Amino acid sequence: MLLRHTTKEVKERNALTVNPAKTCQPVGAMYAALGVHGCLPHSHGSQGCCSYHRSALTRHYKEPVMAATSSFTEGSSVFGGQANLMQAIETIFSVYEPEIIAIHSTCLSETIGDDLNQMAIKAREEGKVPLGKFIVQAATPSYVGSHVTGYANMLDAFVKYFPEKTDEKRRQINLLSGWVEPADMRELKRIMKVMKVKSVLLPDTSDVLDTPMTGKFEMYPKGGTTIPEMVSMGDSMQTLGLGEWATEKAAITLDNQCKVPFELTDIPVGIKATDRFIQALAKAGRVSIPEQISEERGRLIDVITDMHQYLYGKRVAVYGDPDNIIPLIEFLVDMDMKPVYIVSGTPGKRFEERMAEILSERVPEAKYKNGPQADIFQIHQWIKDEPVDLLIGNTYGKYIARDENIPFVRMGFPIVDRIGHSYFSTLGYMGGLRIVEKILGALMDKQDATCLEEKFELVM
Amino acid sequence: MRKIAIYGKGGIGKSTTTQNTVAGLAEAGFNVMVVGCDPKADSTRLLLGGLAQKTVLDTLREEGEDIDLEDVVKPGYGGTRCVESGGPEPGVGCAGRGIITSINLLEQLGAWDEKFKIDYTFYDVLGDVVCGGFAMPMREGKAEEIYIVVSGEMMAMYAANNICKGIQKYAQAGVVRLGGLICNSRKVDNEREMIEELARQLGTKMIHFVPRDNMVQRAEINRKTVIEFEPTHSQADEYRALSKAINENTNFVIPTPLAMEDLETLLIDFGIAN
Repeated sequence: MLLRHTTKEVKERNALTVNPAKTCQPVGAMYAALGVHGCLPHSHGSQGCCSYHRSALTRHYKEPVMAATSSFTEGSSVFGGQANLMQAIETIFSVYEPEIIAIHSTCLSETIGDDLNQMAIKAREEGKVPLGKFIVQAATPSYVGSHVTGYANMLDAFVKYFPEKTDEKRRQINLLSGWVEPADMRELKRIMKVMKVKSVLLPDTSDVLDTPMTGKFEMYPKGGTTIPEMVSMGDSMQTLGLGEWATEKAAITLDNQCKVPFELTDIPVGIKATDRFIQALAKAGRVSIPEQISEERGRLIDVITDMHQYLYGKRVAVYGDPDNIIPLIEFLVDMDMKPVYIVSGTPGKRFEERMAEILSERVPEAKYKNGPQADIFQIHQWIKDEPVDLLIGNTYGKYIARDENIPFVRMGFPIVDRIGHSYFSTLGYMGGLRIVEKILGALMDKQDATCLEEKFELVM
Repeated sequence: MRKIAIYGKGGIGKSTTTQNTVAGLAEAGFNVMVVGCDPKADSTRLLLGGLAQKTVLDTLREEGEDIDLEDVVKPGYGGTRCVESGGPEPGVGCAGRGIITSINLLEQLGAWDEKFKIDYTFYDVLGDVVCGGFAMPMREGKAEEIYIVVSGEMMAMYAANNICKGIQKYAQAGVVRLGGLICNSRKVDNEREMIEELARQLGTKMIHFVPRDNMVQRAEINRKTVIEFEPTHSQADEYRALSKAINENTNFVIPTPLAMEDLETLLIDFGIAN
């Protein structure tokens, strides 16, 4: 019993967070920056921040993650980090030769009041940024929001800087992706290809954080949204933002700056969210929905129907990031499962509203909460009080799964003890199939392992 | 909208001068917003008739990030919109970060929305620009004009010179400019001439000389600006003149701060050091 001190009595907490369901803003900023081709993330703060954020990503993606740091010392904390950043920019462009440096701040540099915007302007004016190279910057204090906020801020930084509006409209749409896996980015591109919708996907971490072994180290792998692609976003017909927490800010900026209208939709997880995504895509791209997509949908529904008896009424606890778990919860409800406990460490009023919309009728007993005190400890307390049949979340849930003997499906960030998440997509109808497969696998393995001998089934 | 920040040495009379000037602008029909950036939260006391206001950071601490604009923006004299950033108690936390958080939050809440038709925003900033947080009002998109309240006393001039160093740094990469010096008289010998000379050497002008008058004290005890408390008094006219001077000002510069020796020479030349 690793978590034997968790009690089932829930006490109101105002300050303490135990096992948070979130991480630092810069982790998100770094991940978003890696989805731009030839971009080197730069952490403006102490070295420890940068090391931690890099390793958080490496442990999840099992790929090297390159990032630079301003290496704050006691002196920089007192006198401000401008001198370090200026030196860093010069060194990085001359030694590591990225196309773009994506600078994000840290708690320390934010607290001492370093103004990255002012520093970036100064660096450009002083000629520290070579011709054809770029720097962008985002403020990412970790005491505000979560890693999702950092992702949103960096996405916004790219959109503020690159897209240009010319007189020529392009027959393409902008797809701003929420925080999903490289495999999911690949799946989004496949769906758009099947739909025959020309688009720019930003960011795009496929071929960056799922690269093949070639025997040769590439500092900047071939994937990622390119500069010309980002520039062209200003002339697109429409922007589609997948997940309002991660993409709303950038979508609004793009609308304000280049008058590209936007629509926000959920990340396509499960049936209904994928339906909405496909419809939004068809509308934005002015295309009809091809047979292939309808067939994929049909296959998913067929599997759910076949396996309905194993899914029906199962109580599920879920924790993760709002953009990812909102459509997931909706999917679980669509499969007649009962998502009863839900937490997200990422704040935002809309979470409760969305949960109420999805759950109030079908699962009225559901408990949900988001923000700083909505942690993994909270969900464990609820489980102690009344158990669940399934737990879905990142690796940190394995302690609960083991102590309470609950089938556990790993989804979200980070997953540091299994592989597969970055190679097999959970988006779209095909991704939905993978989610169903994983859920059924976990539930049935438990049944096989624990049921009475006379109830042991060969065919399930 | 013109966005103005008032800086100056602690205790020089920034808050009093700001509020009286704002009252002058409000009286002349301008729509003014005042953002107090001082943990003591006393930058809007005279406009509101008391310290009743709940600060942005108090609200943030008690109610979390889901704040409504109406919770923190209070109507004051002449239709002014008054906000206090607030901050930690003396000796704890980080007041500088408080200002950054508070201004970011106000922007998020749409405090400067076009529907409010704001003509002027005044940031009243605590003391010296001691750290990055206190320079927040100078960042891009925030204040574009800075006025420094100063008197003929050595330390006040020294502080003004330091503030100019801060402005110079931000002006090089942004739009912020020095609008001028406001002399809040301490009845020092040759005060007017000395501040005019300081202004000249900083590359700016003394925009107004506010004489010392006990009426300011009396109005303050009554929690009012002079313009509200005794509108016909000559001191009220001084503040009206100051607000007019700010309204008509077109002289915005990147200041040229003095070296310490030059500042001392200036004091000797004008007879203080004897």
